[in-house]
Amino acid sequence: MASEAKEAGEATVAMPQLDPSTFPNQIFWLLVTLVVIYFVLSRIALPRIAAVLAERQGTITNDIAAAEELKQKAADAETAYNQALADARVEAARIVNEAKAEIQADLDKEIQKADKKIEAKAAESEKAIAEIREGALASVKDVAKSTTKELVAAFGGKADAKTITAAINARLKG
Amino acid sequence: MADKAHAEEGSGLVFHPMDQFIVKPLFGDGPIHWYTPTNVTLWMALTVVVIVLMLVIGTRRRAVVPTRSQSIGELAYGFIYKMVEDVAGKDAVRFFPYIMTLFMFIVISNFLGLLPTAFTTTSHIAVTAVLALAVFLTVTVLGFVLNGTKFLGLFWVSSAPLALRPVLAIIELFSYFVRPVSHSIRLAGNMMAGHAVIKVFAGFAPMILLSTGIGLVVTPLSILAITAMYGLEMLVSFVQAYVFTILTCVYLKDALHPSH
Repeated sequence: MASEAKEAGEATVAMPQLDPSTFPNQIFWLLVTLVVIYFVLSRIALPRIAAVLAERQGTITNDIAAAEELKQKAADAETAYNQALADARVEAARIVNEAKAEIQADLDKEIQKADKKIEAKAAESEKAIAEIREGALASVKDVAKSTTKELVAAFGGKADAKTITAAINARLKG
Repeated sequence: MADKAHAEEGSGLVFHPMDQFIVKPLFGDGPIHWYTPTNVTLWMALTVVVIVLMLVIGTRRRAVVPTRSQSIGELAYGFIYKMVEDVAGKDAVRFFPYIMTLFMFIVISNFLGLLPTAFTTTSHIAVTAVLALAVFLTVTVLGFVLNGTKFLGLFWVSSAPLALRPVLAIIELFSYFVRPVSHSIRLAGNMMAGHAVIKVFAGFAPMILLSTGIGLVVTPLSILAITAMYGLEMLVSFVQAYVFTILTCVYLKDALHPSH
């Protein structure tokens, strides 16, 4: 029988690996398998994985760049804030100075006005005082004249008005 | 033949460590032509299926933040890509799909072969010889096409003393032609030996059915040995695929940059 002959043939081969009758079969199927794997890998799997890895790398790079940009923006914002603060301080100081100057000017003006008023009042008052003083002097002269006249009359003398007036004027001057 | 032999030895221990390597037709029991679908066909097809699952189905979502299955595919991609780049140089990256094909086929075949009752395609010298010869021929042709006669400088060690150079050239030439032999036998031998050893230990395991006294010692020991060998074989499966791939990269580097 053919199968028995084959049996004998196989039995003499201790290692199935060394049975050349199976070589063409193995080599054929190996080549088919390798070609299939090669096409699956090079057409589908490897480009896809490469794309995913590249995309991931790109995403990471982009994220880092975005973070860098945001950091820069934050720094810029801080600088702008500090600048604004400094500007505001300068502006405030300027406004304060301006207000002070304005107030000073107003004050000076008012003081001048008040001074003028006071001067006018003082002049007026002086005039009034001088008038009063004059009036008072005249009254004192009158009173002195009449008193002197009466005193002279009471002591029994007689004095004429001219003499008395002269005497009183002399006294008052003194 | 195997069934008959098994029937004869039904009473004793059964040792057929090499039966697992027999190439059988999938359907019927006829002669094996080159086109006959055999267990080789089945396990190679399963290898293709696993690779498609890992690298195509696993990455179908193309997520920027990878899922677990996608991570496995990316890991394999990165592992081999970096190996090609580091070992063979940046200009070898155009050969990356070929090297990736080799690595994926060998590593998946090795691991599928570790499944109980599986057939290990990479334990056959016919398969590994084709793989190694393909690398050898590609590298040799590529070396001459890219570098012309300068490729022969690979055998002329210009850093050695002039008197030694002819001797070294013969040694280099010899080692160059031994490359595909060692390249293929290393892989097939490792896979075959490990599987055969596991089978031998497995043959001792039913000892307890024959003799309770000896069996009490031998059976647990052999089961332990199977487990240990299995663990070792997992390591060997990966390491041999790695070694085959990295040697391919080293040979490719010789073709691209033949100067020592």
